[in-house]
Amino acid sequence: MNTLPQQLANGLLLGSMYGLIAIGYTMVYGIVQLINFAHGEIFMTGAFGALTVYFYVLPDGTTMWAAVPLMLIGGAIVAILVAVGAERFAYRPLRQAPRLAPLITAIGLSLALQEVVRNFYPGADKARAFPSLDTTHDIGSVTIKDADIFLILAAVVCMASLAVFVRRSRTGRAMQATAQDPDTAQLMGIDTNRIIVIAFAIGGFFAAVAAVAYGLKYGNVDYRMGFLMGLKAFTAAVLGGIGNIYGAMLGGIVLGIAETLASAYIDEIPGMQQLGGQSWANVWAFCLLILVLLFRPQGLLGERVADRA
Amino acid sequence: MTTMTTTSVLEARGVTMRFGGLTAVRSVDFTVNTGEIVGLIGPNGAGKTTFFNCLTGLYIPTEGTVSYKGTVLPPKPHLVTKAGVARTFQNIRLFANMTVLENVLVGRHTRTKEGLWSALLRGPGFRKAERASEERAMELLGFIGLAHKRDHLARNLPYGEQRKLEIARALASEPGLLLLDEPTAGMNPQETRATEELVFAIRDKGIAVLVIEHDMRFIFNLCDRVAVLVQGEKLIEGTSDVVQADERVIAAYLGEPFEGDPGEAEAAEVTAAEATADATADTPSTTGTPGTTKGDAQ
Repeated sequence: MNTLPQQLANGLLLGSMYGLIAIGYTMVYGIVQLINFAHGEIFMTGAFGALTVYFYVLPDGTTMWAAVPLMLIGGAIVAILVAVGAERFAYRPLRQAPRLAPLITAIGLSLALQEVVRNFYPGADKARAFPSLDTTHDIGSVTIKDADIFLILAAVVCMASLAVFVRRSRTGRAMQATAQDPDTAQLMGIDTNRIIVIAFAIGGFFAAVAAVAYGLKYGNVDYRMGFLMGLKAFTAAVLGGIGNIYGAMLGGIVLGIAETLASAYIDEIPGMQQLGGQSWANVWAFCLLILVLLFRPQGLLGERVADRA
Repeated sequence: MTTMTTTSVLEARGVTMRFGGLTAVRSVDFTVNTGEIVGLIGPNGAGKTTFFNCLTGLYIPTEGTVSYKGTVLPPKPHLVTKAGVARTFQNIRLFANMTVLENVLVGRHTRTKEGLWSALLRGPGFRKAERASEERAMELLGFIGLAHKRDHLARNLPYGEQRKLEIARALASEPGLLLLDEPTAGMNPQETRATEELVFAIRDKGIAVLVIEHDMRFIFNLCDRVAVLVQGEKLIEGTSDVVQADERVIAAYLGEPFEGDPGEAEAAEVTAAEATADATADTPSTTGTPGTTKGDAQ
């Protein structure tokens, strides 16, 4: 039986999730040239925010139709608060410091957030059950779950809104201006601190959307979930050209599809039988990153970074 | 000094700016009145740009205050712009990857309002505000003569048009005072003449103008009043005739730059800009010394 359409769909779904998280890396980098390594943990706190709403706020037996939007709101509030708080209290005091200082701070913050959730959230040290949407639908030879439909719809709506927002709104224009030249932007009357906060908040919101999709799809969350997803999303952002929001989404999808196809089919190549399967997926993802960086260091859509330098 | 019948737009009192042990600007008092074009001149490294930066909130003066229409300016550049002071730059700082129209729209940032939701939902109110804003921006582009290039990327414009666009972008914030930092640097005589006309037209719109410039002929043709800054201090202030006749001004211009020049970086920028001027001007440099331009003025 031909499994290719199913594998492509799996890759696209995984890639959409990477792309949503990658937006947070790329927007923050585009505006303050900071790699926010704590972004994976912002994603993780978003998942726990949504979980909190489901288990501790909503009455038992709430239908998923009602629960999912409320979980999304809860997750988004938590993730945005963590993202904006990180900016305000960890990164802003270091705005004028050498580049390395905020980078190390980000790594420290990432560990701190993991430990806080592990120690203080009941049951978070092991995988905690997350309500899942497992009803399946067959479309031709492809089978997808309700969670997948949620993910793809959310990704499309979020990306389209973001594109309109950045291209067409006053604040979006101010963001572009700040990314190109923060000093001049200030003199045009733009409150650049506010723009930076907005960039972190949008990143947090997108991470929360991805986190809810992750929980609904895989059915459990834990305090380490942000590490690998964050790393992959960062890879996606670099792959697409960091600083470019379309690049982040494209990079995510390319990465997701490449990873899925490689782990599904590479063992059919003679001599590579032992390299197939899910356990090698990360290896192929990072191989792809190395290849792209070798031949196109600015990433797939990354021309604008060169202009800025 | 000036007559007291007019009201002041900008008033700097005892502005001092120190960087570590260096005093770049020393207790400068300075006023710009409504409807005036005021020039600020001085040799390289005299602290002109530093003083400008104090006026726009980029630097917070070590001592002294700057007030706009009677209110002390807040020490944040975006609030200074909001209050009504706009500026251009010595070296062009347009948003190179945005279109001409978008650059002007960014300039309108403080004069427009719009929430997140209205932008996403794009209701009639949003469209109306957006259209009004674009119309206003197009008016300004018409005013400087760049309306036909609205969709060009700013980086693709010729040098002189980039300078004009910077002025339009500054005007977009609807300022009461416009600060021009060497608006004719790198321009040929025709472009300089056109800029002169433009500055007069801006004044006629009721906007006071403060100009830093090296081109003496340009300054003395244009300005109602000229202040001379030397080694961070105001040497003299008065009408063009008074300033041109002052021997100290001539000495300051022909004298050697002193050691430990606080504006070395500025001096280097000016030298670079002048080099560009020499390269682009089809007649010999217009950025002459007072020795050669003095007789030409008026």
